[in-house]
Amino acid sequence: MSTNRGAIVVDKDRCKGCALCVLACSKGVISLAVRKVNVHGYPYVEPMNPDNCIGCASCAIVCPDGCIEVYRKIIDKEDEQ
Amino acid sequence: MTENDIISPENLVYKKPELMNDTPMHYCPGCSHGVVHKLIAEIIEEMGMEEKTVGVSPVGCAVFAYRYLDIDWQEAAHGRAPALATAIKRLWPDRLVFTYQGDGDLACIGTAETIHALNRGEHIAIIFINNAIYGMTGGQMAPTTLIGQKTSTCPYGRDPELHGYPLNITEIASTLRGTCYVSRQSVDTVGSILKAKKAIRKAFEASMKGLGSSLVEIVSTCNSGWKLSPAEANEWMREKMFKEYVKGDLKDTTNLK
Ligand SMILES: Cc1ncc(C[n+]2csc(CCOP(=O)(O)OP(=O)(O)O)c2C)c(N)n1
Ligand code: SF4
Ligand code: SF4
Ligand code: SF4
Repeated sequence: MSTNRGAIVVDKDRCKGCALCVLACSKGVISLAVRKVNVHGYPYVEPMNPDNCIGCASCAIVCPDGCIEVYRKIIDKEDEQ
Repeated sequence: MTENDIISPENLVYKKPELMNDTPMHYCPGCSHGVVHKLIAEIIEEMGMEEKTVGVSPVGCAVFAYRYLDIDWQEAAHGRAPALATAIKRLWPDRLVFTYQGDGDLACIGTAETIHALNRGEHIAIIFINNAIYGMTGGQMAPTTLIGQKTSTCPYGRDPELHGYPLNITEIASTLRGTCYVSRQSVDTVGSILKAKKAIRKAFEASMKGLGSSLVEIVSTCNSGWKLSPAEANEWMREKMFKEYVKGDLKDTTNLK
């Protein structure tokens, strides 16, 4: 059995905290950072539950500011254990 | 398996297009303009036209589009982008020439330029961002404002008796003999973004093949002007805007896929 494991990298200083990516992620990976702002004074998002990411890129596609890079790797389920 | 095993160049599936530089965009958080900018950059890269594209930016929130996408640009006077694009394309036919305009720019002060360029069948593509409002100047009523929609200049809602009816430029464009492709899309979900990308790509290809003029309307949000959160603005757009501005291809004589 193989499965998709994903990971995202958020450019936090480019992020404006619009939270559209949070809504677009069906795996609940992304959340707004709690009580933190970036260099521009915007709230920003972080991958709070990174292990749930499947690398589908939905978050990155809807991000108006192009802040998210998405990586995906197919792995064997057994290797996970 | 740790995150570090996954985050490595061979596993990359999505990143900001190369043509979009690192200059922070001035748009409000969640504004549709950014998504459309990304699509345009991706399409130009996929067509291999990085060195051969001229965009014409408008007056409106997208006035600084030229700062963010590393292609050649001209900045037009308010509403005059299709006239400028006409000149550029006629003088430089091997260039991919497109305009990028809001509804205040294209459907109000620039209505004449828009309709005549489309009617002449200029080999240009017009990208029309319809957020039903003047975003840049503080959310005044536009010709595209919905009946009943509140704006800073119609605080009790647009009243057709007083303000006339919403102007549907895209429908008009589809009746003109000079147009070969007229489409209305949105960029609020992954699926709609992929469809919008296909539409813009078709418009760009039609212009390079000299098939006529194209108009792609993107029904968009202006969450600041609408005084909603980005998520609420998408909801409002789906609920209200899509009724007045129905999505889909209105005209396609291109025979392109
Ligand atoms: C000749 C002229 N008239 C009026 C203005 C003021 N003005 C600036 S932007 C704008 C409308 C912008 O609205 P829209 O085209 O819908 O773009 P948005 O900002 O919503 O993206 C107006 C009327 C101007 N700059 N120049
Ligand atoms: S790539 Fe998919 S699963 Fe991973 S954070 Fe983005 S939307 Fe969620
Ligand atoms: S969609 Fe982009 S700008 Fe908006 S919160 Fe997510 S990463 Fe930040
Ligand atoms: S005012 Fe409206 S159109 Fe302009 S950047 Fe803000 S949300 Fe976008």
